[in-house]
Amino acid sequence: MQRLQAHLDHFRRLDDLAQMDSTIHRLHPAVKIITTLVYLIIVASYAKYEVAGLLPLVIYPVAMIILGRLPLGYFAERMLFLAPFILLMAIANPFLDRAPLIMLGGVAIAGGWVSFASIILKFLLAVTAVLALVATTGIHDICAVLMRAGVPRILVLQLLLLYRYLSLLLEEAYRIEQAYLLRSGGHRRGIAPKVWGSLAGGLLIRTFARARRIYDSMLCRGFTGEIHFLRPASVSAGSLCYLAGWTVFIVYVRFVNIPTRLESLFRGVFG
Amino acid sequence: MHMADALISPAVGGTLWTAGAALTYYSAKKIGPDFHAQKAPLMGVLGAFVFAAQMINFAIPGTGSSGHLGGGILLAVLLGPYAGFLTMASILTIQALLFADGGLLALGCNIINLAFFPCFIAYPLIYRKMIGKHSSQLRRNIAVCVATVVGLQLGALGVVTETMLSGISELPFQTFTLFMLPIHLVIGLVEAAVTSAVLSYVWKEAPGLFPVNTPIAGANSSPMRRVVLTVAIAAALTAGMLSWFASTNPDGLEWAVQKTSGQAEVENTGPVHATLASWQEKIAMFPDYQVATLGSSEGKNASTSAAGLIGASMTLLLAGAVGVGCRVFVKRNAQ
Repeated sequence: MQRLQAHLDHFRRLDDLAQMDSTIHRLHPAVKIITTLVYLIIVASYAKYEVAGLLPLVIYPVAMIILGRLPLGYFAERMLFLAPFILLMAIANPFLDRAPLIMLGGVAIAGGWVSFASIILKFLLAVTAVLALVATTGIHDICAVLMRAGVPRILVLQLLLLYRYLSLLLEEAYRIEQAYLLRSGGHRRGIAPKVWGSLAGGLLIRTFARARRIYDSMLCRGFTGEIHFLRPASVSAGSLCYLAGWTVFIVYVRFVNIPTRLESLFRGVFG
Repeated sequence: MHMADALISPAVGGTLWTAGAALTYYSAKKIGPDFHAQKAPLMGVLGAFVFAAQMINFAIPGTGSSGHLGGGILLAVLLGPYAGFLTMASILTIQALLFADGGLLALGCNIINLAFFPCFIAYPLIYRKMIGKHSSQLRRNIAVCVATVVGLQLGALGVVTETMLSGISELPFQTFTLFMLPIHLVIGLVEAAVTSAVLSYVWKEAPGLFPVNTPIAGANSSPMRRVVLTVAIAAALTAGMLSWFASTNPDGLEWAVQKTSGQAEVENTGPVHATLASWQEKIAMFPDYQVATLGSSEGKNASTSAAGLIGASMTLLLAGAVGVGCRVFVKRNAQ
């Protein structure tokens, strides 16, 4: 029940955010997608013991969230929701890699903890970047770009239809589960095996019927298998600057270890 | 078992992206344009169904915990392998984009683990072979169960292999495999039970929905050889290209950075950098910011990374300053 509710809430929230207006929302969707991909590749490219070098990359999601007027709490909430999975995978490192790797203030830190921190940081950066992209662009615009980029029509159509009917089916599944749990006296954690088939199977049969109705109504409106997008506005100079600016910054950060530079500057001035 | 971006390397992510993309194109071509128009809404809504039904908790008797529906086999059985694969791929894409469940860079890995194995390995090689020509209800149920379990085991093995190849997690191959496979065997058995319960109910109530009764493109042809060939060629090409980087240096991009810049010390060119470098040299305690390394072969990399708390804090301050700057910009624009 909680899972369904959480997903439904998240879905609606993201959909609302994508409808908003901001400097980032107004950018051409293609430049936002390319920037995010460049960012993700660069984040993943850091060696496993890299922590400090990754820090300047925080600037990108921070700027996206603030300029895109996205609520910070929402991102924090989503991180907490996803955190257990990544923690489970990363927590093995400190136990398995105990060889001291660095000295920090006289304390030897094991390599495992450094790579643990690196994984968590990469996770935070990657997840925020993707969510910020979707929250400022919306699935519809992303699909329009995918279509122009040559992604098979059928897959783009799938993404659009899935997106459109997701909230409907999430709501229906939620109602079914809720109704079952209320009638079962509230002491069960899930659906009893006796009704596994009939409960989810019933939903499946209704889903088929719904698909049929949808198809019929699409035919009535002249559907021929083509998808028509409003032609997105041509890429503005501002959008191009955005893409160029971030790409240069992200690649520069990868080439030059900024924390080291800043520290040497600091020591040079105050040292 | 969705893989996250934080645990994979660009080489592994890129290779499997190519394989996933090749399979998507192949499947889209295979099911043909007529199928597009007719079955597209069905695929879309079924995708939404699988997504939602996977959230329903099915209580496992006597344990107090719950299991979920398995998606790949259910879709392959209802739609055939190609349409099933495409639907599963779209579910995984939406999960990555909207729910950050599985990374965008890791999308290729997830498509291979959760869509390719069930739809193109478990479905044709196990399900189709097991039900044969004259299938009974019992036979179908067993076939669904075995295919679901095998599909999930292969997926789990995929996760282990991809994680190992990326080299970010410390888990040794053997330990990780011994950890992942039994867990996914249990999960797989529950998924199998739920999936076969659902399918046998539908079979009883609405048998017309199954492709055996109403043929669906691609459901009956044997897709195996070409599919495996497509994946193999795509993966081999990319892996070949990427491993050329990787074998020269463990970190391909790092190597490329050095190569393109022509030197390891990229920065020492402008006057600012010259000043910085001269300051840097003055600090004899940490020449070139290599913090004392204690007996690790990869220490050199790490010591630059952990160069110092001061640098790290200053970077975060800088990020904070950028944030404040953005905020001011937003406020000014709002007025």
